[in-house]
This record gives sequence, C-alpha cells and structure tokens, in this order.
Amino acid sequence: MSEVLRISFPEPPVREPEPIVRLQGFSRHFGETRVLDDLDLAIAPGEFVALLGRSGSGKTTLLRTLAGLDEANGGAVIPASRATVFQDARLLPWKRVWQNVVLGVAGEDRRQRAEEALREVGLEHRPDAWPLTLSGGEAQRASLARALIRKPELLLLDEPFAALDALTRIRMHALVLSLWRRHKPAVLLVTHDVEEAMALADRILVLDAGRIAAEEPVAAPRGQRASVVRPLRARLLGHLGLQTDGGVYADLIGRDT
Amino acid sequence: MMRADNLRRKMPWERRWVSPVLLLLLWQAGSSIGAIPARILASPVSVLGELGSMLGSGALAHHLMVSLLRVALGLAIGVGSGTALGLLAGLSRTGDAAIDPLVQIKRTIPVVALTPLFIVWFGIGEATKIGLIAFATAFPVYLNLHQGIRGVDRRLLDAARSFGLSRLQLVWHVVLPGALPSLLVGLRYALSVAVLMLVIAEQVNATSGLGYLINDARETMRTDIIVVCLMIYALLGLGGDWLVRSIEARALAWRPALLEA
Ligand SMILES: Nc1ncnc2c1ncn2[C@@H]1O[C@H](COP(=O)(O)OP(=O)(O)O)[C@@H](O)[C@H]1O
Ligand SMILES: [Mg+2]
Repeated sequence: MSEVLRISFPEPPVREPEPIVRLQGFSRHFGETRVLDDLDLAIAPGEFVALLGRSGSGKTTLLRTLAGLDEANGGAVIPASRATVFQDARLLPWKRVWQNVVLGVAGEDRRQRAEEALREVGLEHRPDAWPLTLSGGEAQRASLARALIRKPELLLLDEPFAALDALTRIRMHALVLSLWRRHKPAVLLVTHDVEEAMALADRILVLDAGRIAAEEPVAAPRGQRASVVRPLRARLLGHLGLQTDGGVYADLIGRDT
Repeated sequence: MMRADNLRRKMPWERRWVSPVLLLLLWQAGSSIGAIPARILASPVSVLGELGSMLGSGALAHHLMVSLLRVALGLAIGVGSGTALGLLAGLSRTGDAAIDPLVQIKRTIPVVALTPLFIVWFGIGEATKIGLIAFATAFPVYLNLHQGIRGVDRRLLDAARSFGLSRLQLVWHVVLPGALPSLLVGLRYALSVAVLMLVIAEQVNATSGLGYLINDARETMRTDIIVVCLMIYALLGLGGDWLVRSIEARALAWRPALLEA
C-alpha cells in the first residue's frame, strides 16, 4: 500500500539535511510535576528556531538539556559544539570582560581573539572593564561574544533580551541576526515574546503542556514580513491560549464585549 | 553593606577623631589637676614619655617582636589549617561530612576555656601560646570559607559548566574567586581573634612579650607601661585591619563597592 502511494505521489526532491539537534520522546519531571512530556524536537544546521512558551512552560528546562547541563536521555542528538547565552548574562564578576569571553578557551592569542569577538558585538571599547560596571545591553553583548568565540554549531539563547529596554532590545535583535548570517550556527531562541520570535526566526515552535503544541514556519523572508505578521501573531497567540481576531495587541486587550 | 562608608570616605574619619581627642584632653586635664592619680591611671603625657624611653632602650621592640612572632606563627598555622579544612569540607561531600560536624561541636566550647588543657598538653612554653592562637584563628577562617564555597552562585557555575569547564577549572575560575570575599571576612576575624588570644596566652607564665610587660607593670603598679602596652595591642588590631583592607582592595577590585571608591 505504501509502495503504491509512494509511486503515485513522489516526494519533492528536497533533501532534508540531517538535523543537528534531535530529541525524541524527551521527558523531564521534578517530583510529581512533568515539565516536559514526550517532546520531539529537531533543528537543522543553520536554522533559526524560536521556542515560544509562557513563563514556567519548561523552556529553560529544555534548553538546559541542550546546553548539556542536564542529562539527555538515550536517543538524543546534541552537537558537542554549542554555546549558550543566558537571560542574566552570567559573566564571572571577578574576571575582566575579555577574560570572560575566552573563559575555558586555551591558546596563545586569547586576548587577541577576545578583542576580535568583542569588536564583532560592538564592545571593543571595554575589554578591560569589570562585568559589574556594564549596562544590561553591554553585558549581553559580552555574553554573545563569549558564545561566538567558540564557533558553535548550535547557539542557545535563553530569553537573552527579556531584561533589556525596548531600544536596546531592537539593537540586540539586529546584532543577533547579523551574527547569525555571518556565522550560520543553528539557533534556538527561547522567548515568551511573540514579536521577537516572528522577527528573528525561520520557524516558531510553541511549547505547551510539556510538548511542542504547534509549529509555525515564518513564510516570508526577513524584511518582507509585514503581510504575514498579523495572521501569524493571531495564530501564535491562539496557541498560547489568547484568542484574537486580528492579531492586534491593542484590540486584544481593549476589546469591548 | 559598606555603601555608606564608601560614598563619603573622608567624612567619618573627620568626625570619628573628635571624641577620642576630647577624651584625651579631659584625661590629661584630670591628671594635671591631680583628679586622676598616676597609680590609678598615668597621664597621657607620662605615657608618651614612657613610650619614648621604652622605644629608646629597645625594650619595647624586643617584647613586641616576641609577641609578633607568636601571632605570626599562630596565624600561619591557624589560617593555613582553617583554609585547608574549609576547602576540603567545601569542595567534597565526604570532606563536609567528616569535618563539619566536628567543627560545629567545637564551636560550642570557647577556645579560651581550652587553655588549661593546652597547658597540660603542651606545657607553659611557646607551644601553648602559639597553639592557642592557631586553634582559635582556624575557626573563623574555616567557617567563612566553607560558607563562601557553599554559597557560590549556582547560575555562574552552570554557565561555566555549559562552556565545558572541567571540575578543576570550575573550582579555580568560579568557586574559589566566588568564595574569596568570605575568606577575607574570615581572615579579618582571625586577625582580631589572634590579638585576643595573644593577650590571653601571654598571661601564661610569659618571660617576654607584651603580656609579660603588662604583668610586670601590674606588680609594680606602673600604669604608664600598662597603657603603652594597651596602645600597642590597639595598633596590632588596627594593623590587622589595614592588612585585610589592602588585600581586599587588590583581590576584590571587581566589587562595585570598591569600584566606586
Ligand atoms: N530544579 C528544579 N526543581 C524543581 N522544579 C523546577 C526546577 N527547574 C524548573 N522547575 C519547574 O519546572 C517548570 C518549568 O520551569 P522553566 O523551564 O524554568 O520554565 P520557563 O523557562 O519556561 O519559564 C516550572 O514550574 C519550574 O518551577
Ligand atoms: Mg526560563
């Protein structure tokens, strides 16, 4: 039967690349509560994926596993070459910015490499600063440099912009995109911000009740997304449990019924 | 915690010197008009005079060096073993299970109360004096270092771990620098405890040292010598504080409180 089907409806000849990340039937629980429950996830090399979910939905728990901080179970595929940017930049306060950037990196030219990475993220003027003197945006730039210097195949971003003010966040979005275009790591951006997800990602996953509840590819290329954004926003908010007609925030909360 | 001090560092100094100087003037006035007899308390001027002659004769330097050596040896042993035990207990579960209960039990007994036992064990010579100082100073160092290691921010450890640092690298780059502020707090306690124990230990049949000077002066009712020795004790305390402060200024330069200053 399947033979027949395959002959009569040949698959399009797009060869799916081998995913760089693959979790199958992944579960994680703390005591009684099952945070992640039989979750499947695959990310292709160089793909920019956003993982959207409300607070407490298990985004960080999933990301910790991909970052190698928690055990993954049996069939998991996770690249060895990966780096994480955390929401709270987590720079070691007792090391200068450049030393943080090359933390755990061996080699003669550490300082020079750190300076190059800092230049890429626009922080070349503060290699010798103490982390506690950095602003939130600067700390995240340093944190990005620390991740990039490892040339990761998988870049994990755990709500790295959530604590930044709106203008700084926009600059950081642009920075992340340009860095991604230049280095082409696979990116998993964990966020609760629908706009952020739509602006940055190729594909948006919605995490709910412990599994990927929905998947939305962003059909239009970046820069030409104006037309797809409204319906997409409405669908994503719907997946998150907020029903809106037009996907317009002002109408969503201001609706007179 | 140190914010107020650091924001206007000079002001408290200015204000804090006023009342001691006033007291000193009153004291001198009291002595001059005969309200405070010399056998009760020597006048500041005669204390200064005695200080001058003790410095001139080299007696003060000699006894001070003896006491300083006792403190230095005691501290070296105490801080060294406190640090070693703190590292063991802080970094390994087995170490913690083995060491920490003993320390907690010991905490219930004041070290001073152990003086008789130390005398029985080590006699009335140098060993007891140095041993008491060592024993007493090990605890603040141990307790603060242990707590500091346990209190290292888990999120920083996670971050460093996510970049593939080995256990040894984690200890070196994250745990120890993270625990350093606590260790220095412990060191500061240790230094003041060391001076305290020096006073007590030198009551035990000393034939030299500041304690000996004081005991000798008590027999002859030389309150000027006693006050000179008290001044030296105070200077020792201040010196210890200054030492830790200068270590902190170098080692904890990254802390915001120190950055602002
Ligand atoms: N170490 C832990 N022990 C117990 N519960 C935890 C632990 N880590 C996370 N949780 C719980 O798991 C749920 C998901 O947490 P998290 O992954 O941090 O959510 P998110 O990042 O999506 O906000 C939360 O209910 C949280 O309380
Ligand atoms: Mg989270």
